[in-house]
Amino acid sequence: MLLPVYLGLLHRSEQLLAESFRQVAEGHAAEPDVFHLCRTLADQCEDHAEALLPVIERYGEADPEDEPERLHAEALSSTRSGPVGLLRDLQDVYVLGSLVEITWTMVRQAAQGLRDDELLASVEACVPETEVQLSWLRTRMKQAAPQALVAS
Amino acid sequence: MPDRIADVWGTRTPFGRDALWPVRLDQKLEDGVGETDVERWVQSACTLCSNGCACDIAVRGGRMVGVRGRTADVVNHGRLGPKGLFGSWQGMQGGDRLTRPLVRVDGELVETDWDTAMDRIVARSRQLLDEKGPLTHGFYTSGQLYLEEYYALGIIGKAGLGTPHMDGNTRLCTATAAAAMKESFGSDGQPGSYEDIDSCDAVVLYGHNMAETQTVLWMRVLDRLAGPDRPLVVCVDPRETEVARHADVHLPIRPGTNLALMNGLVRELFHNGWVDEGYVAAHTVGVEELRRTVEQWTPEAVAETCGVDADDVRAAARIIGTSERVLSTVLQGFYQASQATAAACQVNNLHLLRGMIGRPGCGILQMNGQPTAQNTRETGADGDLPGFRNWENPDHVAELAALWGVDVDRIPHWSPPTHAMQIFRYVEQGSIEFLWVSATNPAVSMPQSARIRDVLAQDGLFLVVQDLYLTETAMLADVVLPAAGWGEKQGAFTNVNRTVHLADKAVEPPGEARSDLDIFLDYARRMDFRRNDGAPLLDWSGPEDGFRAWQECTRGKLCDYTGITYERLRGGSGIPWPCNDEHPDGTARLYGDGVFRTGMADAETYGHDLLTGATVGPTAYSAMRVDGRAVLKPAAYQPPHEEPSEAFPLRYTTGRTVYQFHTRTRTGRARQLRRAAPSAWVELSVADAARLDVSEGDVVRVRSPRGEIVVPARVGDVREGTVFAPFHYGYWDRGDVGPDGRPTAANELTATEWDPVSKQPLFKVAAVRVEKIADAEGPSAAPTTAASRPARPDARVPETVGGPDAEVEERIRPTEPPRAEDQGGR
Repeated sequence: MLLPVYLGLLHRSEQLLAESFRQVAEGHAAEPDVFHLCRTLADQCEDHAEALLPVIERYGEADPEDEPERLHAEALSSTRSGPVGLLRDLQDVYVLGSLVEITWTMVRQAAQGLRDDELLASVEACVPETEVQLSWLRTRMKQAAPQALVAS
Repeated sequence: MPDRIADVWGTRTPFGRDALWPVRLDQKLEDGVGETDVERWVQSACTLCSNGCACDIAVRGGRMVGVRGRTADVVNHGRLGPKGLFGSWQGMQGGDRLTRPLVRVDGELVETDWDTAMDRIVARSRQLLDEKGPLTHGFYTSGQLYLEEYYALGIIGKAGLGTPHMDGNTRLCTATAAAAMKESFGSDGQPGSYEDIDSCDAVVLYGHNMAETQTVLWMRVLDRLAGPDRPLVVCVDPRETEVARHADVHLPIRPGTNLALMNGLVRELFHNGWVDEGYVAAHTVGVEELRRTVEQWTPEAVAETCGVDADDVRAAARIIGTSERVLSTVLQGFYQASQATAAACQVNNLHLLRGMIGRPGCGILQMNGQPTAQNTRETGADGDLPGFRNWENPDHVAELAALWGVDVDRIPHWSPPTHAMQIFRYVEQGSIEFLWVSATNPAVSMPQSARIRDVLAQDGLFLVVQDLYLTETAMLADVVLPAAGWGEKQGAFTNVNRTVHLADKAVEPPGEARSDLDIFLDYARRMDFRRNDGAPLLDWSGPEDGFRAWQECTRGKLCDYTGITYERLRGGSGIPWPCNDEHPDGTARLYGDGVFRTGMADAETYGHDLLTGATVGPTAYSAMRVDGRAVLKPAAYQPPHEEPSEAFPLRYTTGRTVYQFHTRTRTGRARQLRRAAPSAWVELSVADAARLDVSEGDVVRVRSPRGEIVVPARVGDVREGTVFAPFHYGYWDRGDVGPDGRPTAANELTATEWDPVSKQPLFKVAAVRVEKIADAEGPSAAPTTAASRPARPDARVPETVGGPDAEVEERIRPTEPPRAEDQGGR
């Protein structure tokens, strides 16, 4: 069963997303909305990672790096500066968030196949928040893009 | 004659439930001017708060010499408050009015003529457009111009230049009212009417110090309280305001915790069976998610988080849940605090859950702070599209393009309009290089004053300021344009409960001052903005042309003005929109039929996530099939981002007080008001003052992570652990842009942070520390007539009085009072 691989990927990705949100918050603290919201969303990601723990306890957690498919995610290495830097950083976080979201989708499918109510409950609690995280990133990037790409 | 400084609300005229509020005519004339000396009375409405009191301006010898309330008007039934009585006309007559344009030459502002000033503006504007395009241009306007002026500005920005960077200071005062109504009902547009005060059984004031911010509306409440069938009053406010003193339940909650309280109140409705299940099923969506979200907020949980008594939460909920008719009013205590839109939406939710909307006495008043804020929002001067159109709806954008005769792509609609705080950030970053500020004073009124002063003063910014006086902001400008103001120009405007008034011109403006409309039209002419057919974009010859153009823009929209003309507004009462063929006499209340503006074709927004402000978007919204039902929007409580700490152990909140308006541009020039509240103060609770060894009048330093103020203390009735400062006291009266060693402006301390949905800054949530730095030389200047009165009787503090100078004639008349929707056939 490869579910542990996906649980590992999801757990690690949520942690990395949390780290990345915190990094963007610190790197773009002069944008107060980015600063505060990224910290709030980082907390959410950490809650998601924690919500997976009881399930991981039951199924185990495989290190995705051990797999031949090498499913893996990367956190932001550092933040950039300026309006375009903000855009690029948010875009990187968006890519990572998308990985988290689609991984949840895979895990949900598996949970349905397993009729695992505990895992499904975690999915139902976390996925809507992940979706809002992506919506917010899209909203914020759409707002910032014209000024950053045309007028900066 | 009553001294209306000492007696803010005047003589009581009690009335009972469903009776009409009796008429009382309030009149103030200049010393030595009798009624027979008045040559003309010119119809207008007061612009010194959002209430919209109709008045007549007394004119003698080409000067304004006084004012009287209009008894035929549905808003005020003849009354005026102290700001209107003393400030409206005298505030225009300061000896330091701007009378000629100023331009900066070698660092100094020097007088010039209009051609020179406008040429400078146009030259810079053209250069930037040619070199970098319209995203270099930003406009920051007001809540105090007239609707024709805002609409002209909206057209210039959207169809002339094509910039999304337009906002008003309404962002600071009323953006959350609009946002909450959009989220719940699909569109801006006040559901309730002031007449709901006449018919309610309970009135609940959420963060709304009505007694000071809308004194005439509070007179109406006081008259109900003095009459038979007295309504119950619930007050949510960390200070013991006049409202709190009349309340049956006062919840003095910790600033920043509004949403926790609201979720608790919503929960009580569910748990006690106070929900109108039939109404909820037929007219709302989202009830289950709301129920889940609030479930954790037991009265005890609320008590813990908000610092109030759990039984008081239950008592308040019982009044809200069981009174036959509940009126709710909401203002800055909610709008300028954490999770503003989410908290204001819960007020809407309480009404929706009880099916209590659109009927007499069952009103929601999501208030405004300023007289014409409603028009800033309607006309698109705040960035929204005019007529409550939706920037995500291509049909709406196409309607505007057709109306204005320009290509759809000229109108910025690719993302939400840029809110004020972001506009200033773009200025700070240098991508907005041309900023035009009209009738507002951001150097004092925006959060974190030191930063804003730096932004406004920075190299590379071309700053145009258009105002009555040389404000702190104007002192930083490259070009200052002298504006004509109230009584010196003509235009219409709309108050909190959608009532439209006409303000006629009474006198000539001083010197070369011009109306804001004339200035905007002049800019449009000089920029040669044109329609696709080659005709001028703005061919109006005056305000009435603008009003007619606005009528066309609103035809068939919720804010339909097509049935209102200048002529209909003369002689009688203001008229509440929508006013059209279907509602020829206007409309007192919206949504009585339970049909909301949430259909795909009607909605002004497809909504937002209340925690983050993420847009829902047309696809997801369409899938929700809201289709004319209201949205019960939930949100989980989050603690404020700046909580008290060891370094900054107290909570800090700011606000308006009874004798001043905004940065005192007008009220500070009316001597009765100036004397009543001449200088800054800060309010400390008895317990905090004792801990800090501070007595009445001692000079204290209040510090936040952003800055400090040094002002005398009033030991007052603010919640323990919370410090309050009035936001009126900048530096213009000593000729300074900034503190110069004597900081008094409340916003020196506030943070640059805003609500994720409404983008309204948080003026009411910050952490500070207080230390005494000098003994009192006398009592503080805080008035004793309202919330700032001393906590304990103190013989050293003189009562605030106005004396003979503040005497006002009040005539209580046996005239039949006016009624909304009864204004036809004149």
